[in-house]
Amino acid sequence: MPAYILRRLLQSGLILLGVSFITFFLLFVLPADPVRQIAGRSASAATVESIRHELGLDQPFLVQFGHYIGGLVQGDLGRSYLQKSEVSVLIASRLPATLLLMVAAIFCELVIGLAMGIVAALRRDSFTDQALMMTSFVTVSAPQFVVSLLMLYVFAVKLGWFPIGGYGTFRHLVLPAVTLGILGSGWYSRMMRSSMIDVMRTDYIRTARSKGLTRARVVLGHALPNAILPIIAMIGIDIGVFMGGIVVVESVFGWPGIGQLAWQAIQRIDIPIIMGVTLVSAVAIVLGNLLADLIAPFIDPRIKLK
Amino acid sequence: MSAALPNAGAALAPEVLSVQGLTVSVRTGNGDRALVENLSFTLHRGETLAIAGESGSGKSITSLAIMGLLPPPAVRITAGSVRLGDTDLTKLPEAQMRSLRGARIAMIFQEPMTSLNPVLTIGAQLTEAIRAHSDATRSEARAQALAALQAVRLSQPEQRLKQYPHELSGGMRQRVMIAMALALRPEVLIADEPTTALDVTVQREVLDLLRDLQREFGTAIILITHDMGVVAEMADRVIVMKAGQVVEAATTRDIFVAPQMPYTQNLLAAVPRMGNGSRVSSDVPRDRSGETIARLRDVVVRFPLKGGILGRTTAHVHAVEHVSFDIRRGETFALVGESGCGKSTIAKAIVGLAPHQGRIEIAGQSFSDLDAAGQKALRRRVQIVFQDPMAALDPRMTVGALIAEPLVIHRLGSAAEQRARASELMQRVGLTDDQLNRYPHEFSGGQRQRICIARALALQPDLIIADESVSALDVSVQARVLELLQTLQREYGVAFLFISHDMAVVENISDRVAVMYLGQIVETGSRAQVFGNPQHAYTQRLIEAVPVPDPSHIRAASPRLAGDVPSPVHTLGQGPARLVMVDVGDGHLVARLYDGAEKHCLSSANFRRE
Repeated sequence: MPAYILRRLLQSGLILLGVSFITFFLLFVLPADPVRQIAGRSASAATVESIRHELGLDQPFLVQFGHYIGGLVQGDLGRSYLQKSEVSVLIASRLPATLLLMVAAIFCELVIGLAMGIVAALRRDSFTDQALMMTSFVTVSAPQFVVSLLMLYVFAVKLGWFPIGGYGTFRHLVLPAVTLGILGSGWYSRMMRSSMIDVMRTDYIRTARSKGLTRARVVLGHALPNAILPIIAMIGIDIGVFMGGIVVVESVFGWPGIGQLAWQAIQRIDIPIIMGVTLVSAVAIVLGNLLADLIAPFIDPRIKLK
Repeated sequence: MSAALPNAGAALAPEVLSVQGLTVSVRTGNGDRALVENLSFTLHRGETLAIAGESGSGKSITSLAIMGLLPPPAVRITAGSVRLGDTDLTKLPEAQMRSLRGARIAMIFQEPMTSLNPVLTIGAQLTEAIRAHSDATRSEARAQALAALQAVRLSQPEQRLKQYPHELSGGMRQRVMIAMALALRPEVLIADEPTTALDVTVQREVLDLLRDLQREFGTAIILITHDMGVVAEMADRVIVMKAGQVVEAATTRDIFVAPQMPYTQNLLAAVPRMGNGSRVSSDVPRDRSGETIARLRDVVVRFPLKGGILGRTTAHVHAVEHVSFDIRRGETFALVGESGCGKSTIAKAIVGLAPHQGRIEIAGQSFSDLDAAGQKALRRRVQIVFQDPMAALDPRMTVGALIAEPLVIHRLGSAAEQRARASELMQRVGLTDDQLNRYPHEFSGGQRQRICIARALALQPDLIIADESVSALDVSVQARVLELLQTLQREYGVAFLFISHDMAVVENISDRVAVMYLGQIVETGSRAQVFGNPQHAYTQRLIEAVPVPDPSHIRAASPRLAGDVPSPVHTLGQGPARLVMVDVGDGHLVARLYDGAEKHCLSSANFRRE
């Protein structure tokens, strides 16, 4: 097990190197010029060039990338062009908010998605099943900002149950977490439904029923642990999709997380922040997948980590 | 019908289960269609009733109907009653039915590999069954579970409780299933093909066990099976079913001695029987030019098992160990042995799909000596027919395209010629050429296997490997496919490597036989030598273990076996004991230990480990 984790972490290092190379390259070939953003429209050509030289942006691509990686291995994510602050400090101040929202949202996703999937599978082809699957289809296809604004309008503006935006209390957390949960639940419910239908057809479920177990025991004790296995692998992969969704939802709800930070940085081509946020997201995805793989053997004893 | 049914030896025992006029129907677009129609029987304490029939006869549906486990809402009981004591199970609400299930009626299923939940321990699955029907505390239930595992003679029962199903072999899992079913001493046990998925020696152990436990607990057993040998050995009475209807019901002795209905007579005639090395079917002299088609010398196949941080090889699965044999033109050479003995790996090695050491020659050539073009040409000379014809045929291709595909791959003939060849082959295997444009799912299992055989014949190979090719077929279908293989062999002079676990089939079809055990050949010779005068203890045991479709056959008492075949996995540098083949007369070779010891290396005492 320790050997497995060590090997996976070494692989992760390579993945992160690849991610940073591709992102850095894309930002390098971007036609927009970050120096213009910093200098402002009225700056003279000489000023622009001096800023460019100061930031090292006049160097060849590989030299710039080398510098960046050199700093990175020492834990230096560079300085923001515009916020005049260390990127690591900026990210560190916003990461807890994002992690909190992420955990809460994944919890909502799973509760909503798995419950819908299980009920739909057990009442297969009934009206309930069709209604649930229709709902899941809507949540999968609805644009994030539409759902976010709708939730905000109904529960914060009209009903006034929750604050319109901000951060700090549990009540602030509910709307963004539930919104992300609803948006993500569609995939889980569909996957859980088909997984559960497959499992309910297996021989060991027939065995469990032939033992005279109650339906609840058959479903929760025998079917669920088997049906949930593919879902666990999916959570790891889902973190990537999730990171995309969080940018929109954080902006709508004024949640001070790294999604908001990224959104501002992209608009101003603040390369060090974009790089920093991308890497933090990549780390989250890599760790999420590792965690999912580490959990799997506890549920399915047949899985051996090698 | 049941009223007229005579009871053998169970006349005085009280009645436990009575099924009257049971009809099970499936709802279709055109109204209800009966899967089982008007089935009646009674079952007495301590008695075994066999329900025999081929696939689609409704025997498994019957068992699910009695258990109240029919898949709702499409399939349901539409008439009749199932009375357990004074209770009519068909009228019982689900909650009350649930409290009977597992407690008063229990069931074991065909597939031990998939019938246990893979993510729960054996102990959890056993105790849960016990606690569902009693107020036993956790520790009381555990003690009961342990006793149940001891009752089914499972080795190391304490440890088994903590193990997961995948850590147990098929035979051990079926013992666990039996332990689970019998833990609460049910009055009725329904055993649905309980030994069909097991090796023949394991089947023998499980059948012995069922009979011992029945005697001890007085359980009434409904035995659902297609195997007339199992029927003859286990049952007091038999119901023969076909397409949901009862064909014949009688005592086991009467069914075998004087079957009344033509269907029963045909069914019994199709059952392959063991002789004493003599071919039961007509023995036709065949062309024996003596030319060697395939020559295997010292073939070794080992699969590495990796472990540790660097993923280095730490052990090998010794799948095939120093195997040598020849197959001559026009003969049938059978490889027989139990699952995991390496017989299918040899087939893969012959067609170049498994990396091996040693030398394999087909018509004097070896894949290892040839370039890609040469290998492709050599592949034409060997073809395989697999066990599961549905899985071996691409469902999106027409039968004509499937049969012609080998010709297309090897660029033989024009499209029209390929088509003509496909149509000719269809007729050769007993199908018609107007079926060429149909898809595999439109054919029955037996017909699909004929299509696979036609495809194998397309390239006019010298050798066809039949890997368990008839094992998945019903006996009557099996008999006809075997007949077809023999006819084709006479016509085309093709040699067969016939791989099977079924001793009776092998005895009926083969010219020469090799018995494999743990990757090694332990005995080889002509059919008459191996079956008529088996020398090796393992061969003897294999032959003895086969259920005999004759109720008057008296089995010699043999010690009750338990435990499993030793593992073929050895750490680096280790390996199984090297065997040498000793000629005991006229090419009949029997394995002895390498050091020349006179004693058989695998005596009956140590080829199974407790």
